[in-house]
Amino acid sequence: MTVAAGASGGSRRRRRFNPDRDVEEWHGKYLPYDLVKEFLIALVVVSVLVAGLAVIFSSPDDKPVTVKSWSTSDAVDFAQTAITELDGTSAIATYGPPYNTAGTAQSIGPFSPNHWLGVHHPIDTANDYVIAPLRTLPDQPQLQAAVTSYTSASPDQQAKWTTAYEKAVADATFDRGALKIPRGPYGPVGPMISSLTSMARSGALDGALLSSRQFYSTDYTKPLLFIADGTYLANLAQGQHLSGSQWGMMNETGSYPGQAWLWLYTLWYQVPPMKTSSNADLQVWGIMMVLTLLLALVPFIPGLRSIPRWTRIYRLIWRQHYRDISAKAVTGKGPTAAPPPSPVSSTA
Amino acid sequence: MQMLGAVKDSLVGSLINLTGPGKYVHWGFIQISVANLVVIGLMVIVFFAAILIPFRRHGGRGR
Amino acid sequence: MTTGTETPVESGAGLPEDSHQLSAKLRGAAVAALPPERLMPDRQPAYVASWIYVFGALTLSALGVVIVTGLVLAIFGPSWWHLSTTGLFVNSLHMWSVEVFFFAMVVHLWGKFFMAAWRGRRRATWITGVVSFVVSVGAAFTGYLSQQNFDSQWVSTQAKDGINSTGAGAIFNVTNFGQMLMWHIVLLPLVVVALVGVHVLLVRLRGVVPPFAPPDAPATEAKGTPDSQGEVGPNSQAVPTEGRS
Repeated sequence: MTVAAGASGGSRRRRRFNPDRDVEEWHGKYLPYDLVKEFLIALVVVSVLVAGLAVIFSSPDDKPVTVKSWSTSDAVDFAQTAITELDGTSAIATYGPPYNTAGTAQSIGPFSPNHWLGVHHPIDTANDYVIAPLRTLPDQPQLQAAVTSYTSASPDQQAKWTTAYEKAVADATFDRGALKIPRGPYGPVGPMISSLTSMARSGALDGALLSSRQFYSTDYTKPLLFIADGTYLANLAQGQHLSGSQWGMMNETGSYPGQAWLWLYTLWYQVPPMKTSSNADLQVWGIMMVLTLLLALVPFIPGLRSIPRWTRIYRLIWRQHYRDISAKAVTGKGPTAAPPPSPVSSTA
Repeated sequence: MQMLGAVKDSLVGSLINLTGPGKYVHWGFIQISVANLVVIGLMVIVFFAAILIPFRRHGGRGR
Repeated sequence: MTTGTETPVESGAGLPEDSHQLSAKLRGAAVAALPPERLMPDRQPAYVASWIYVFGALTLSALGVVIVTGLVLAIFGPSWWHLSTTGLFVNSLHMWSVEVFFFAMVVHLWGKFFMAAWRGRRRATWITGVVSFVVSVGAAFTGYLSQQNFDSQWVSTQAKDGINSTGAGAIFNVTNFGQMLMWHIVLLPLVVVALVGVHVLLVRLRGVVPPFAPPDAPATEAKGTPDSQGEVGPNSQAVPTEGRS
C-alpha cells in the first residue's frame, strides 16, 4: 500500500522535508485499539450526560412577542412606532436592501454586495404596516374616509400631518382603553393611528401583517420587523443581556448557556472601529470570513502552521511515545526497530 | 396513573431552574454570561485534562 | 472462464469479464483506497495513546444524539415541544446535545491543531473538519431561529443585519420561519452529515498523524525517506493482518 501510494506521487517534484507539512512514515508498533467499542462507550457517555443535563436544567422557552402583546403592554410605544412606519422614518423604512431602496447598503470601499443584490423582500412600511391593514377593517366609514383623505393628499400635506403627530405622540398616554394624544394639526393621521392601535390590541393586526395573505403562513418577516422597530422588544432583550452591545448573539434567555462558539463574532462588534461604524456588520462578516479561511488554510500558511511545533503541547500529548523513544535509544534500539507492518493485500 | 404522571413530570421538568435572569461578568468591554463562561472554562479544563491524564491502552503493551 | 454456456454465478461481483464496467471500476477504486482493514482497523499506531483522541468519537456520538432527538422533534412537529412536557424534554435533549457536540468538537479541534494533524497529506482532513465546524454553526443558528419563541424573534431580527450586509439576505431571509426551519432540518443537516462522513473516511484513509520527530533527535530532514518528501508520503495506515495477534 505504502509503496503504491508513494509511487503514484513519486513523479511529483520533490520538496525539502518540512516538519510542519510532512511526516515520516510510522514503522513502529501497532497496538490493539477497538474503534467501535470506543464509539459505543462515547455514545453511552454522551447520552447519559445529555439526559442528565436535560433533566437537571430543561431548556428555555420564553413566549414570543406578538403585535397584540406589544400594543397591549405598551400602546404608546406601538403608536410612536406606527407613525414612523407611516412617515417613513423607522429603521426598516430607511433600511435599504433587501427591503427597500430608501437606505444605503453597507459597504467597504466599492464593495457593497447588499447593494448589488438589491431588493428581494420588498416592504413599503406606510402601506404594509398602516394603510393596507386599516383598509381591511370593515364597517368603519369614518376611518376609511380618513385613510382616503391621507392617501389622496399631497406628500407635503402628508408630511405636515405626520410631523405634527410625531410631535404630539411623544407626550401620549394610554388610559382606559384609548390613546390620549395632545391636540395638534395632524388631520386624519390621529384616527388612523388610534384605529391601528385598537386593531393591534385586538390581535387583528398580527394576521393582517402576514406576508402571504392566505390561511397558512410560514413567513413572519413583516410582523417581526415591525415589532423590532419598536423599543418594547429591544427593552425585553436588553433585560436578558441579548443586545448587540452586550455580546447578545452568544447569549441565551434566562441563565442558560447560549451559542458560546460565536464569541469571536460578537467580540468584533465591541471594539473600534466596528463599535461605532455604520458598516459594522459588513466589516465584522468580512473579518470572520477571512479568519475562517485562515483557519481552514492553516496547513498551507507558513508560521501559522508552525505554532503546534513551537508551543510543544504535542510533547504532552505524545509523551509516552517520546519516553519509549528515549528508552529505546538508551538500550541501543532505534525508534523504528520494529519491522514495518506487512502491507495489506488489496486489489490495487 | 396519576403517580406515573407526577414521576414523568418531575423527570422531564428541570430540577434546577435556569429561567431566572442570568448572571453576567463584566471585565472592561468584555461581558459574558456566567453560563457561557462555565462552558468555555470547562472546555479549557477538559482539554488540559485530556492531554494530562494518563491514557491506558487497551491490551496493554501490545507485543 | 466462461465458454458460452450458462455458468451459475455464485457471486455477482468480481468476474474478470465485467472488469470494464464502471461499477466494477468504482468498487475496485473504493476497495483499493479503503480496504475493510483500513476502514475499520483493530490496531492503531502505538503513539495513539491519549484521552485527546476520544474527542472525535465524542463529537460523532453527540452528533448522533442531536440527529436522533431532532428526528423525534420532527415526528411530532414544530409546535409539539411548546405544548407537551415530553416535547419540552426532547427539546432539552436536543439543545444539550448541541452544547455537548460543540464542546467536544472544539476540544477535538484544539487537540488536532496542537498535533498539527494536517501533516502528511492530511490537509483535506483538516479542511473538511473546519468546514464541518462552520456549517454546524449555521445549523445551530437556524435551530435558534426555528424555536418560535422570543429567542428566535430576537436572534433573527438582530442577525438579519449581518446577513443582509453580505448580500446573502437576498436569498437567506432569517425572519422567514418556514425557510429557516427547512434549512435547519433538511439542508444543513445533510451538509453536516456529508462533510462529517467525508472527514471520517479521510481520517481512515490517511490514518492518525504520527508525532513530530523529537526536537533533540538526529536531523529529521536527513532521515526523510523519499516518499515522505513533499506531499507524497502518506502515513501507512496498513494494519498487519498476520503475525500480530
